[in-house]
Amino acid sequence: MSVTLAHYLAVSGVVFGIGIAVALSKRNAIAVLMGVELMLNAVNLTFLAFSRFSAAFSENSAPIAGHVFVVFVLTVAAAEAAVALAMAVLVYRRRETVDLDRINLMRW
Amino acid sequence: MESTGIVLGFWLLSGVTVASALLVFLSRNLLHAVLALVLSFLGMAGLFVTLSADFIAVAQVLIYAGAISVLLVFAVMLTPLASRDNANSLFVLPGVLIGAAFAGIVGFVAIDVDWPELTGKAVLGRDFTTTVQGIGSALLDPYVLAFEIASVLLLSALVGAIVLVREDEPA
Repeated sequence: MSVTLAHYLAVSGVVFGIGIAVALSKRNAIAVLMGVELMLNAVNLTFLAFSRFSAAFSENSAPIAGHVFVVFVLTVAAAEAAVALAMAVLVYRRRETVDLDRINLMRW
Repeated sequence: MESTGIVLGFWLLSGVTVASALLVFLSRNLLHAVLALVLSFLGMAGLFVTLSADFIAVAQVLIYAGAISVLLVFAVMLTPLASRDNANSLFVLPGVLIGAAFAGIVGFVAIDVDWPELTGKAVLGRDFTTTVQGIGSALLDPYVLAFEIASVLLLSALVGAIVLVREDEPA
């Protein structure tokens, strides 16, 4: 019994599914952001699994490209978390809540 | 044939990762959910190690388990009057259904498709002695434009976050 690409992809799919469920069904804006972070993590696992197992690499596209892509995903995730949490704090100052069901400033 | 350590590590770490990710959803306390999320990040870093991605694993521990979780705890603490019960909204049923459907579809595709993958000894030939040198020269040679754009993105996110939460000065 050895570990193959399919094992990693299945784990990644399950974590991504949990991230979708968290992001769609939580009321607190910070909890929704946690779901997004879970999804980004699952994507990183997929990149690294393909980088290790895929047979389709040539001289021009070395497997290290998967690692570089994960570095960029980490960068964008950090920037996104900083701005989104700043927005959560800003909304809290105006409304004293981060409950997404009660943030209805733009509802007509 | 891979060593039993890798196989054992994979099952153990994926169990920890999936279980703590589930705990993020099920926990009744927002701070407990943040702690479960940190555990999930650490398990994911261990999975990266089993994929011979040492640099990414360390970066995962530093950035996700360190910096982003501190940001999340800060955000929870800075919103003291908001509810901390990690409650679900009205969309919990569609959310869980979509998540389960996605996990099922991806899991089915992952197992059903015959991936053109390396197995056995060929995978061990993919072992990096170190990934840092490769990532460094890849970042500064073929991906240097993306690298510079990422630095501009980080700068604008930094400035944007400061501008957003700055207190209004009295005129």
